[in-house]
Amino acid sequence: MIAQLTIAERRLALAILVAVALCGLLLTIAGQGDPIGVHGLMFLVAGAVGIFVVIAGYLSPEPSAERLQHYYDEPTKFGIVMAMAWAVLGLFVGDWVAWLLVYPELTFDAGWASFGRIRPIHTTGVIFGFGGNALIATSFYVVQRTSRARLPDQLSPWFVLLGYNLFCLIAVTGYMMGITQSKEYAEPEWYADIWLVVVWVTYFILYVRTLARRKEPHIYVSNWYYMAFILVVAILHIVNNLAMPISLGQAKSYSAFSGVQDAMTQWWYGHNAVAFFLTAGFLGMMYYYLPKRADRPIYSYRMSIISFWGITFFYMWAGSHHLHYTALPQWVQSLGVTFSVMLLVPSWASAGNALLTLNGAWDKVRDDATLRFMMVAAVFYGLSTFEGSFMAIRQVNALSHYTDWTVGHVHAGALGWVAMITFGAIYATVPWLWKRKAMYSAGLVEVHFWLALAGTVIYVFSMWNSGIIQGLMWRTYNESGTLAYSFLDSLVAMRPYYIARAIGGLLFLIGALVGCYNIWMTIRAAHLHDPAADSSVPVPAPALQPGE
Amino acid sequence: MSLAHDTAVWFSKSYGLFYLIGLSVAVLVYTYWPSNKQHFDKAADSILRDEDRPWR
Repeated sequence: MIAQLTIAERRLALAILVAVALCGLLLTIAGQGDPIGVHGLMFLVAGAVGIFVVIAGYLSPEPSAERLQHYYDEPTKFGIVMAMAWAVLGLFVGDWVAWLLVYPELTFDAGWASFGRIRPIHTTGVIFGFGGNALIATSFYVVQRTSRARLPDQLSPWFVLLGYNLFCLIAVTGYMMGITQSKEYAEPEWYADIWLVVVWVTYFILYVRTLARRKEPHIYVSNWYYMAFILVVAILHIVNNLAMPISLGQAKSYSAFSGVQDAMTQWWYGHNAVAFFLTAGFLGMMYYYLPKRADRPIYSYRMSIISFWGITFFYMWAGSHHLHYTALPQWVQSLGVTFSVMLLVPSWASAGNALLTLNGAWDKVRDDATLRFMMVAAVFYGLSTFEGSFMAIRQVNALSHYTDWTVGHVHAGALGWVAMITFGAIYATVPWLWKRKAMYSAGLVEVHFWLALAGTVIYVFSMWNSGIIQGLMWRTYNESGTLAYSFLDSLVAMRPYYIARAIGGLLFLIGALVGCYNIWMTIRAAHLHDPAADSSVPVPAPALQPGE
Repeated sequence: MSLAHDTAVWFSKSYGLFYLIGLSVAVLVYTYWPSNKQHFDKAADSILRDEDRPWR
């Protein structure tokens, strides 16, 4: 890895790593007796290990100018491997949490393994670990191909990926120690947030620099989505995490917002995390990998532009639907409903665009599980965005809010849409990156597909059932006008669905493990057969497709 | 505080509304501007051409 850096980049890497190690040392000293000290030590160790790695490779010869003839794909390879590793960890912990709801004794009497601590490990692991790494890795891949330009340097993509994974590690270890801001999807404390800002701004600058070097005059729509993802996540993250730490040696901080403003800021952030982290970025992925895999241009490029601006304008205002029937002013709630319902237009435009692209290539969908992953993702995107708009309506929300229906909705999106499109993109990219004709086993991709689909369907159906039953039980009154069921009654009614949900999650996890094996064998085969895999093989011109 | 709230309501219901209408019109005009169509078609096709190395 160090051999790919120029001498100047190696020096800069050393300077950065020394700075990280020094900051870690300061936090360790200042944070004695506080959990932040442990994280200081982690920064210190990360910096020190990095310094040793750079020094060990410091004297290796500089990369030749020939490298500029190729795209820089090593960071993408690393990001894909990390994404799969986080997927396994995040899904495993998620399934553990699911079984914990069936068998409460599965905390093993350990504080770090309590529901409140391992649930955010699951959400951070899958959203930021799996989703984030997949987004960063594919964005590097896509921006280079669509711009026909190499990443501008070798150091910043590594800084982004390694720094981002360090953030994820700080986040999940923090939860186990009880560090949390108690803001959903924004649990990490101030020092981790500052670190992420540094990493994310570098990511943004790197992306813009690559686009600035583009040889294609028009910026392909995938890049718009990736850019929206990077830019808006930066804005959301900075604003929602504005806080004052008790001291520089303590993890605990107090938010700049309070009361209903705090709630509104959090759900403006929270819903836009869904919009720009879990939607815009993955739409960027879809608009590149789906046409590419189907070998057909996107059905309507114009529709993709309209959906892009629709999604960026509308999502910003939808967050207040998380706060129906609260102290939030009624008009702000209504604004959230209106924009959530309007969101159906750009969302279905994207889902329809994807499916119409496949129209005429259904034989490929039948034969190719990778493309089928992407097709099913588009279907689940359409389903879950319809469901989301529906649940945002105040009267529907009265039934659905605080119930498992919400959990089911989130997983229809996260498993059915985000994970499916990611697995499709990864199965498409891995052979391209490691210069193989295809994945190690098409049969295992097929197995993964059916496990993932079965797991998602079981999960979503059990949560729909339990959510609606729960909602109805909570609002059923008896003749004397008091509640007919206690909360415990509703819990007992949930139990069979919790078991079904945990089984669905288990199937999804097994699918991801099968995927890991398949990817690992593909990479191994690449190293065994062709140690000096080279990209100089001429690529035949693509045949004309119907619709061109 | 109520002054701040009223101002925010007034601002969103007036400028906010026209800002969104204006942006929507601008986007639609850009998307359907006839001479843009060829750029869009070219872009949609361009990703399928796969040279697998940067242009110099």
